[in-house]
Amino acid sequence: MRIRTTPITATAAGLMLGLGCATTSWADNGFSDDVVRIGVLTDMSGIYTDLSGEAAVEAVRMAVEDFGGEVHGVPIEVIFADHRNRPDVGASRAREWYDNDGVDMINDLSNSGVANAVAAVAKERRRHAIVNSSSTVGITNDYCSPYATHYTYDAHSLAHGTGASIVEEGGTSWFFLTVDFAFGHGLEEAVSNVVRDAGGQVVGAARHPLDTTDFSSYALQAQASGAEIIGIASTGADAINAINALAEFGVTPSQQPAALLLWFDDVHALGLDTAQGLLLTNAFYWDANDGTREFSERFYERTGRMPNMAHAGNYSSTMHYLNAVEAAGTDDPDAVSEKMRELEINDFFAQGGYIRPNGRMVHDQYMWEVKTPDESEYEYDYMRLVRTISGEDAFQPLEDSTCYLLDE
Amino acid sequence: MDIFGVPIQAMMGQLMLGIVNGSFYAVLSLGLAIIFGVLKIVNFAHGAFFMLGAFVAFLSGRYLGLDYWAALFLAPLIVACIGMAFEYLFLRRLYGLDPIYGLLLTFSLVLVLEGGFRVAFGSSGQPYPTPEALRGTINLGFMILPIYRAFVVVAAVTMCLATWYMIERTRLGSSLRAATERPDLTQAFGINVPLLVTLTYGGGVGLAAFAGVLAAPIFHVNPSMGSNLVIIIFAVVVIGGLGSIVGAIVTGLALGIVEGFTRVFYSEFSSTVVFLVMVAVLLLRPAGLFGRTEG
Repeated sequence: MRIRTTPITATAAGLMLGLGCATTSWADNGFSDDVVRIGVLTDMSGIYTDLSGEAAVEAVRMAVEDFGGEVHGVPIEVIFADHRNRPDVGASRAREWYDNDGVDMINDLSNSGVANAVAAVAKERRRHAIVNSSSTVGITNDYCSPYATHYTYDAHSLAHGTGASIVEEGGTSWFFLTVDFAFGHGLEEAVSNVVRDAGGQVVGAARHPLDTTDFSSYALQAQASGAEIIGIASTGADAINAINALAEFGVTPSQQPAALLLWFDDVHALGLDTAQGLLLTNAFYWDANDGTREFSERFYERTGRMPNMAHAGNYSSTMHYLNAVEAAGTDDPDAVSEKMRELEINDFFAQGGYIRPNGRMVHDQYMWEVKTPDESEYEYDYMRLVRTISGEDAFQPLEDSTCYLLDE
Repeated sequence: MDIFGVPIQAMMGQLMLGIVNGSFYAVLSLGLAIIFGVLKIVNFAHGAFFMLGAFVAFLSGRYLGLDYWAALFLAPLIVACIGMAFEYLFLRRLYGLDPIYGLLLTFSLVLVLEGGFRVAFGSSGQPYPTPEALRGTINLGFMILPIYRAFVVVAAVTMCLATWYMIERTRLGSSLRAATERPDLTQAFGINVPLLVTLTYGGGVGLAAFAGVLAAPIFHVNPSMGSNLVIIIFAVVVIGGLGSIVGAIVTGLALGIVEGFTRVFYSEFSSTVVFLVMVAVLLLRPAGLFGRTEG
């Protein structure tokens, strides 16, 4: 017998699916499936592997171990998957995790396209997603929900860190080398706004695909633009290749490169010879104080590398989520969301940090300058603090956010 | 002076860069064309061998203290040996089967090599210094050209000409061409055709490794450096005519230049233009610009 799909059977199937999703039951103890399951959705095989990847999973595992491995007697489990830098892959994995695998919270979320897509799924499925490794301000604007938290940094904080500092020092004409997807566009727009607000001008931009190796022609365009500042709105290997090409074609030092999102790992890969003098806005540096050093040394022992700000954010946000679960006495997403916004964050990563109604975790950002090879005294001694930017100044003012929650 | 609103300086600069990129395309597509001509295998792993060449140069520099010049000579030989071992152990078993098997096997090698290097060295890549003698820039008037990039053009073109000469003008080359057309008859003349096939694969991937060493100081040495290039190289080979040596060299350089010009007028389109040319060529001359229609 063949079953013909009629509008009625289709509707029935849709309803059953819908009910299936909506009927996740919280057991008597207040915990779904008798386990708190955290999924780390990250780039395990692509261009952002170094800044998130396996080490991000390890950071979350560390937090769970430090928390004691269980909350109210319920075990905490960590699983992970590769989103392959594709929003569709990320979104369908998130759906599968939330619907079938009982995942309560998804963490890391490198790649802005993936982060936006998963935030939308989190809203639809009423489950938590915490973004640490990507910059899209979409998380706290169009894709906001009580379940999406943007933790470590965002395009606004980068623009108001490195971007604003350079404008203040007199760099008023800008040309952008922008990676051609949500992240690059968002960052370029945010910095352009800062530049224009300060009376500067943006003379042009060149867009390049993600994972570009040859930046020579973009370097020539940057040179031809005559702009004082070449804003590099990309990160990871793209930013490294761009900086190298600018140096190779003699664009620098007559025009100054401004790497708008440079990671600790990028500085490591560039080497101090090339990277010296670059400014970067990072929410965390391993050698900042005793707290960061203690965490970083433990992290180094497990992974063989120093943590960057996203790794530290992964740890801190997982800890905060678990603290909220403990305080709420349940993993019910609404109760946890309320507690997450209520509790203050005080650890090696953030002091006096708090989560705004639109999901933005507000905490201080730091601007660093890369040391010269002579200034570096020991291994991984790469940066010195230039200034601290208070969270209130760094992040988008609440009144500018388009998040629907703020209208309620 | 402007042409279509673009300063002539910018145009000349992009043209020069097109020639530099075209030299990479030429060396890489040459290797691919030779392999296809003799083995009838679509060597998807070509980009991975390019990456391997760069990594051999980087690792031999770091652990054996070999300088750039030694690496430029040794890395292609080492990678050729790895390639020959791969041909002997795996690829050989697929001759005579549907080409899709060869494609799948070589593609799986890409995934293994890139994945392995990513685990070992990370995705950010490793810096490789430009050799001392080739540092600095030349002011051409219309652009600042790094000396090293000029060297790349010279080295690549020399290598292409040498390979062309070897295949078209030497005894080894004529045996090779004979083995391509009539393997059974060539074997009957006492020429060891399977050995010739293995050497051809080694030579082809050796060329890829040579390009990889040339690329090491320009691009950061990283595991995915070949994966973007390989698609373009395939287009180059198809446009030039599958298996055509001259076609690969000329088309490689020409497409580099076309790409350079596209960057001047509409940068976003530059990664697509090669494929548009490919579609046009396939419609008008299905055997490629320099290919012969079999039959």
